[in-house]
This record gives sequence, C-alpha cells and structure tokens, in this order.
Amino acid sequence: MNWEIVMGLEVHLQLATQSKIFSGSSTQFGASPNEQADAVDLGMPGMLPVLNEEAVRYAVKFGLGIGARIGERSVFDRKNYFYPDLPKGYQVSQFFAPIVCEGIFEVPLEDGTLFPIRITRAHLEEDAGKSVHDIFTHETGIDLNRAGTPLLEIVTEPDFRSADQAVAYLKTLHSLVTYLGISDGNMAEGSMRCDINISLRKKGSETLGTRTEIKNVNSFRFVERAIYSEYERQADILENGGTITQETRLYDAEQNVTRSMRSKEVANDYRYFPEPDLLPIVIDEAYIEAVRATLPELPGAKRQRFIESYGLNDYDAALLVPHHDMADYFEAVVKACDAAKPAANWILGDLSGALNRNEVSISESPITAERLAGLITRIEDGTLSSKLAKQVFDAMWDGEGDADDIIAARGLRQVNDSGALEAMVDEVIANSPDQVAQYRAADEAKRKKLSGFFVGQIMKASQGQANPQILNALLLKKLNDQS
Amino acid sequence: MADTQLLTAPVSELRQLLSDRAISSVELTRAFLRQIELCNPLLNAVVTICEDHALKQAALADKQLATGEIAPLTGVPLLHKDIFCTHGIRTTCGSRMLAEFTPAYDATVVSKLQSAGAVTLGKCNMDEFAMGSSNETSFFGTVKNPWDLNCVPGGSSGGSAAAVAAGMAPLATGTDTGGSIRQPASLCGITGLKPTYGRVSRLGIIAFASSLDQAGPMARTAEDCALGLTVMAGVDGGDSTSADKPVPDFHGALSTDIQGLRIGLPKQFFNDDLDDQVRARVLEALAELERAGATLVEIDLPHSHYAIATYYVIAPAEASANLARYDGVRFGYRCDDPKDLEDLYLRSRSEGFGEEVQRRILVGTYALSAGFYDAYFNKAQQVRRVITEDFHRAFEQVDVIAGPSAPGVAFPFGAKQQDPIAMYMEDIYTLAVNLAGLPGLSTPAGFINGMPVGLQLIGRPFDEQTILNAAHRLQTDTDWHQSHPSLGDLAS
Repeated sequence: MNWEIVMGLEVHLQLATQSKIFSGSSTQFGASPNEQADAVDLGMPGMLPVLNEEAVRYAVKFGLGIGARIGERSVFDRKNYFYPDLPKGYQVSQFFAPIVCEGIFEVPLEDGTLFPIRITRAHLEEDAGKSVHDIFTHETGIDLNRAGTPLLEIVTEPDFRSADQAVAYLKTLHSLVTYLGISDGNMAEGSMRCDINISLRKKGSETLGTRTEIKNVNSFRFVERAIYSEYERQADILENGGTITQETRLYDAEQNVTRSMRSKEVANDYRYFPEPDLLPIVIDEAYIEAVRATLPELPGAKRQRFIESYGLNDYDAALLVPHHDMADYFEAVVKACDAAKPAANWILGDLSGALNRNEVSISESPITAERLAGLITRIEDGTLSSKLAKQVFDAMWDGEGDADDIIAARGLRQVNDSGALEAMVDEVIANSPDQVAQYRAADEAKRKKLSGFFVGQIMKASQGQANPQILNALLLKKLNDQS
Repeated sequence: MADTQLLTAPVSELRQLLSDRAISSVELTRAFLRQIELCNPLLNAVVTICEDHALKQAALADKQLATGEIAPLTGVPLLHKDIFCTHGIRTTCGSRMLAEFTPAYDATVVSKLQSAGAVTLGKCNMDEFAMGSSNETSFFGTVKNPWDLNCVPGGSSGGSAAAVAAGMAPLATGTDTGGSIRQPASLCGITGLKPTYGRVSRLGIIAFASSLDQAGPMARTAEDCALGLTVMAGVDGGDSTSADKPVPDFHGALSTDIQGLRIGLPKQFFNDDLDDQVRARVLEALAELERAGATLVEIDLPHSHYAIATYYVIAPAEASANLARYDGVRFGYRCDDPKDLEDLYLRSRSEGFGEEVQRRILVGTYALSAGFYDAYFNKAQQVRRVITEDFHRAFEQVDVIAGPSAPGVAFPFGAKQQDPIAMYMEDIYTLAVNLAGLPGLSTPAGFINGMPVGLQLIGRPFDEQTILNAAHRLQTDTDWHQSHPSLGDLAS
C-alpha cells in the first residue's frame, strides 16, 4: 500500500460528578426513563443553568494530568440545532474559549517508547438525552436522564498514523482519567466515546486528504476495526481514482463496515454564540495549585517508579500500571513479601487468568494481596515448588484459607531432605534397569530428554512434593556416576 | 373610603390601612377583583384571574395582620405579567405556544413577593414573548389604554401598565428587555422601574433575551416602586447572572433631598428628532427637579444612535436560541397529526408563534449564521461595549441621566403595526439602557391632549436609590402621577 493514514481523535468523556453539569439531578446510570431529569434538564420555560463546580474541578484535573494550559477565562457557548432529545434546542458547550488548552500527552507504546500526541483542547459541555426507537411501534421515545450529564470533549491534532497508536492513546487516556477519578471510564455505558477523523494521503505527501468522521465508537476493539475498515474503504476509492466525500459516518460492528450518516447532518450550521445565562469561568493560579495538590501519582510517573524501585521491566510495568486497582494490589503484595518480580508474574499470570475466567475485578479478588504475598513467601523460602504453589493458589481461590493453612491441611510441604530424596532415586533406578541402560547408552542431547522419565516417576512417588532442583541434581549425579 | 379612592391609592397607603385594620385584605382583594371583573372586558389587561387563590392568600394575610406578623406587603394585592412562571397557575407569555402551559414552579420574583405577603390577583396580558411595544402581538388580543380606548397601552408589559392605571391593582410586575416596563408606564401614566441587570433574579421568568431581560415593579408612585424593588431584588443561587450585591431598603432610604444632584441631558435625546410637545413636558418636569436643587447639564452619548441596530441584532439572536425549546415535543403547542419530525417542528412553531416572534427568530438566526456572525452578532457586541462606555463616561460628570421615556404618547391601534421599524423606534430612548445594564425608570411628566407623557431617569449601576429619590421628589412637588382615567367610564 502506498497510502498513509492520518487521524485525529475526539473523545467524549463522561465526568463522574454526583449531579449534572447545570442542574441538581443525579447522574446515576440505569434509572427508569426521565426519572433523573428535572425542570432544567427538560428545558422548561424560565429555567436557568447553574454550573456544577465539580465539573470544572475535574476538567482542570484533566488539564493538569496531561500538562496542558488551563484557560484562565473560559466561556460557555450555545450550539444550536433541533433534535427531539436536545431539550432546549441548543447544547451548552465551549466553542470559542475552552477550559483546557493545548498540551502534549505522552503515550507509551508496546516497545516501551513514548509517543507524543498534541492535544488541541478539551472543553466542557452537556450531554444530550437519548432517542429510543425500539420500545414503541411507530413512535420514538425520549429519555432525558442523560441530558445535562457533564462531558469533557478531548480533541487531538491529526497525529495518529496507525490504529495501534490510536488504541494505545485511548488506553492511556482511559488509564489517566480513571487514575484522576474524573470518570468511571465505563465504555459499555457510554462513559467514553470516540469520534475518529480519518483521511489518507500518498506516502511522503505533506498535504492532508479529505477526511471522514466516524462517530461514537465505544470500545477499543471497535476503534481498531473501524479504522481498518474505513482505511480499506477510502483506499479502495482512491486506488480507483475516486474522491472522498467529507461526511460523518457510523461504524456498524456487526457488518464491520462504516456507513454514511444523512448528509444533512454534515451541513449543520450550529450558530454558536456565548451562553448569556452563564458567567465566564475564571480560573486563577491559586485554584490551579489547589487542584494540583489533590492530584494522585499519575500512570507515567508510576510506571517509571515501578521500573526504578522494583526493578520491573517495561513490559510488566506497562501491564500493571494502567489499572489503578491492579497497581495498588501489586504494591500491597510487594509490601508484604518483598518479591517484586514473582509478584508481577503471579498477578499478570495466574491471578489475571483466574479473574478473567471468573469475570471479577481485581478489587473483588477472592485472593487478597496479603494472601498472594503469603504464597510467594512460601515459594521464596523453598517450602513450595511452583507446581505445589499452583495447587495452593487454586485452593486459596476456592476460599480454603491462606497459604500456610492449606500447606498444613494438605501436607503439601516440599521434600527438601536429600536423604529421603536419595532413597527415592535409588529405588526408581533399581526398578527401571531398561531405562537406565538406554540412558547410559545415549548421547548428551538424548540424555536430557530421557531423564524426564525418572523425574516423573519420583514426582509421582513423592506426590509432587519433591524439590525439583535437589531431585535433579541427585538424579543426574547417580545416573552419570555409574556410567 | 370611596371605591375610586381605594382603587387608586398607592401601596404605601394601603399598607397603612391594612396594618391599622381599617380594611381587611379580603375586602381589599375583593375590591380589586371586582374592578378587574368590571374593566377587563373592555381593557383586556388580565388574561388569567385567580379569584380563589387570591382570596385564600388574602385570608391568610388577614390572620397574619391580626397577630401582628406583618411582612412588607402583607395583604397587598398585585398582578403578575404573564411572563412570570406561577406554580399551578397558567403562564402563557402572551402566546398560543403556551396558551395551556401551567408551570410546576414559581419564578423567584413570584415567591419573593408571596413571602412578603402579597396577594396574587391574576396574570397580565403582554406582547407575545415580550416582543412588541404596543401589546398588539399578544395571542390573547390587544390591551386598551385606559386613557383612550382607541390607543395602545404600550408594551410589552402593556397589561400590567393598563391594569395599574385602571385601578385593577395597585402594583404589578413587569419585565423590560428594551423598554417594556418604562414605555408602557409612560403611555399609561404610571411609574415603572427597570432595575440594574442582575439586581432581580431571572429564574422562572420566560426568557426573551437573556443578557437584557430584567424584572421590575410598576405602580402609581416611586415610593411603591421602592417598596416593590426591595422585595423583588437580591442574589439568587438559581440565576448565575444575578448580582451578589447587598440590597438596600430602597423604601426606608427614600429621600426628597436632591440638593446638588447633577442631572445629565444627552444632546442626542433632545435633538430635532424629539417631538416638541414631548420635549416641553419633559423639560417642565426637569425644571421642577432644578427648582428642588438639582442642576441640569448637557452631556454627550455619542454612540446612542447605534442602539436600535445593536439591540435588534443581539436581542433576536438570543431569542432565536431561547425560543428553540418550543418544538412541540415536551410541552406547549403541538400541531395536529404531524407527518414526521420536520413537520412537527415546522407546523408547531409556525402555528404556535405569532408573526412578530417569527420575524425576530428569523432575524436572530440570520445574525448568527456562518458567514454573518462577525458582521452582525460580533459587531453588535462590540458596539454594545462602546455604548456602555459612553454611559460610564457620562456618569463621571453627572449622577442621573434624563430624557423622554418614549418618543410620543400612546398611539392608535394599528398605527405602527405594519411597519416594524416604526414600532422599534418606540424604544429609541430606552434600549441603550438595557444594552448598558443600567437602572432606569419612567415617572409621569404631564399630558399632551389628555394623554400621559413619561420622564425617564437613568442611574449608575446598582444605584436605583438615586433615581427613585429624584422621582419621589418630583412626585412630592407635582401631582401628574395622581391623575387617573375616569374609572367609571371603564366599567363595562
């Protein structure tokens, strides 16, 4: 392919405020239709918006989190259009002067390098309601529970050149906003929705091609697939000498294609003008510093610290850090057992596997950090072989107590006594003359393979409790000595 | 006390009668309800009469009066312009769009007046969505001027002004976006005050142009306006644009001492365009103030001739968005059997809104459109600042600015209805005050051929006291405000 893909992303992030951005209604998800819409949300005559300070604070947190400039005087504007789920006939947004201005956001890629994305702006706005088409026949229902939910719209420059970069950005953004506690980041419930502006150009060209905008993609996987499918579509048109129409498209996940929305929507003139019912938001240094003081350690800094103070590699750090709860769990384990690498391995391996299989989050893990640390301690001190450890892990998952309880109850202690092991080795060798002969006749390479038979026999005899390191040493010594 | 005397008595006197128990609130309320019943068929000033509601409130007021728990307006009847949302009482805004709309909430102004003990008699007719200067745009028909039934009462608070002039209520609320309190007050011979923008909460007032709308009292006297404003004013957590300024007791602080008061006369208000007779009346009233110790100074408001153009960009632009919510989806008028969504919008709005409202929505939509925004809306915002600066400069020189409230007296029905520009000129002396957010009032200043003329007094931001004092002094020295149309002739 000789096409380069150029993309900019717009993310609509639902802020996790208690109440709506301009009214006192709750923002809780899942209430019965229109239960959480008051007179302001319904756009009743004479009603006025009152700005929720929490939304402002969250936006400033975000700006500081990505190191962007905070607008010292930002202004709300009305975006005018008619739609049944837009109660006032305009959406209150920020067009001319956003609360978060330009900044650079560094996205770690899989190879451990940082990829800088230019953030154009992020502005506050209210969400619209929802049109419900599948409840009534021949009629459309309107649910205004979501109307007035605070959104932060985060806009980037056209800095993305691949779907991987776009997804990495979204994941990093997701991690940041959950760390900041400004959004629950629940994509299935629409807390984070992505618009993708996408165009193609000949490799090496400096000019941008005509773009399309894919609206409202709501999972990382769909973002990736929507990009691939739109890339194919545009490349196809261009290869055949066609031109791209600037338009808004929707991604149909079932068919894995993007479809054009009505072209009328594209032609909208929103007639933005300053919202006269609200005062400008004026933010001074003192406010910014007060918010800064409340910022937690952010993912970038945490990743660095995990590498430096725990000796983790980039890969493990990159997997542990994005989820706040997982990072906290990791630190709790390390605090209790002082073995960072094994802790990372257990969390990213067996624990993550079990959590995923059972669809529970790490904060609800049946194995507490303290218990996992107890298990690791028994591995580190040689009490448990890795094989036994897995048994203990499964038993802990099933709620049979902590590692020491299970070791005691099941008698799972590893046999480290070389006298006892030696007896077992002697017995197996004595009982397997054919295999011994075969081993001794073999060359170095074959011998390695053949020794597995003896290990298996002894493990069986010891019910898996033989210390494999000691056993191996003994076995090889005996087999090789008499050759 | 004779009926006419009671019905034309100022609030300050009625309060005295009530607290002396010389009359009960129920009796007083019945007297005004009867006057409404008698005059309204002719005047059409009131669109909704709340007899039961009023009598209940009056009975409660009488109990409070008996125990001596007296709030500033306990037992005093009043009327609300039908732009103020009233809980459980139909609120139409003069429009077919809201002809059957009953809010589930009170405007802050309404609840404040109610907490102060006032009795709500009903709701006043008005120009549709407060767009008009003659009350001819109301869906509920025109209001007649009690001084001459062939003439308009002014607008948009024409129902409120006519009702007070006709003794249907001693006090009424109004709103003023470009002159809608002062011009009808002038045309009906009463006193009307538009406070500083932000002085009175806009919460629960149906919006026309949010950056200009302001509510105020309309009454017989400046003293009554001071009483009304003291109750209505104050910061409101529900209106972000309401000003967090202390509210003085305007009534308690009322003074007739205007010695040394400097009154500025903008040469642009008194140029050749001004009607000679209006000029004469206004100058006579100002001469009274001069005799009382004020000095008159000519001042310059160099950009005041841009006020109309500026206003008729900004106000319609804001209105075009404010009125977008009337779409037939959730409340208000909905057309019959819409074919589809577009048909629902198109017909609900075409049938629900009158011609003037549609005109302003179109003008406002145009002014905000891509490609025109800078030339119209943005430019108008810049000029608005320049006009405001003119006033601030003038107030370095003078304490009050004075001029006519309207270019003439009340005109006959239909005289300006076909010519929007001629109608817009009605507010030529009042619009700039809204653009600058200043307080202004109209006080009676004599008559031309038996029709009232108004003097407009404009104050510094949040200095309603000074213009109230000047008007109060004028009303102490003259009796123009005490004239009233013959009430007997108004009864049908």
